[in-house]
Amino acid sequence: MIPLGNYLLVSAILFSIGVYGFLIKRNIITIFMCIELMLNAVNLTFVAFARHYSLLDGQVFVFFVMAVAAAEAAVGLGIIVAMFRNRPTLNVDESNLMKW
Amino acid sequence: MEAAIFLFLSGIAIVSAANILIQRHPIYSALSLILTFVALSGIYMQMQAEFIAVMQIVIYTGAIMVLFVFVIMLLNVKAEERIPDKLRLVRFLGIPLVVLLTVEMGLVVIRAFSSEDIQLSSYATNLAGNTQSIGKLLYTQYALPVEVTSVLLLVAIIGAIIMAKKEL
Repeated sequence: MIPLGNYLLVSAILFSIGVYGFLIKRNIITIFMCIELMLNAVNLTFVAFARHYSLLDGQVFVFFVMAVAAAEAAVGLGIIVAMFRNRPTLNVDESNLMKW
Repeated sequence: MEAAIFLFLSGIAIVSAANILIQRHPIYSALSLILTFVALSGIYMQMQAEFIAVMQIVIYTGAIMVLFVFVIMLLNVKAEERIPDKLRLVRFLGIPLVVLLTVEMGLVVIRAFSSEDIQLSSYATNLAGNTQSIGKLLYTQYALPVEVTSVLLLVAIIGAIIMAKKEL
């Protein structure tokens, strides 16, 4: 059996990669993908704890996270397409109309 | 053997996740992310979470990433251009922050959980896999959250339709 710590360590590394990508990437689609990566890291933690405590509740939560991620992807990509139609750029630094 | 499979799969997951950041064209990032999801699905399968492993493939790679790739193709996205010097500074300032975050999370994990042994899981010995048990749990104990999630998905559908209209 692989100890729980290993799973949590992998999850922590994936989450940090997601955070770093979120900070440095300028393309809004790539930023969105980094958010999905962070959600997946959290899912891994949920499943690892569910196995650790022999409970299924963690896996049920992963199911809900997946539903929320699907909803987020649908609406978010819709927003990106609508934004692109008004102003043909995907660079987040150029979408600064509401910036003070 | 089990440890070797785990190391292999988590290695693939981490390397392809890092590849998302290295690639400058979003389509390559999307393909790396798909590889990460597949490797994670293998890890779930190893953890005897068959239902989650299959849902990972079906929902994440089958639905969400296809949507991403579709939007990337639709918008005809170009590769990110080389960044100006100001942003390069931001990029290097971010590295210590992320290393700090990883070390912090890793320390917490190692201190708190590495000494505990995992007891043999009892739920996975069910012959039907754990899908049946999850289904039972979803429609009894978690019936209200399931309904709320369905409302959320309905709202998302309406939101996506509104966003796709010609003039907002």
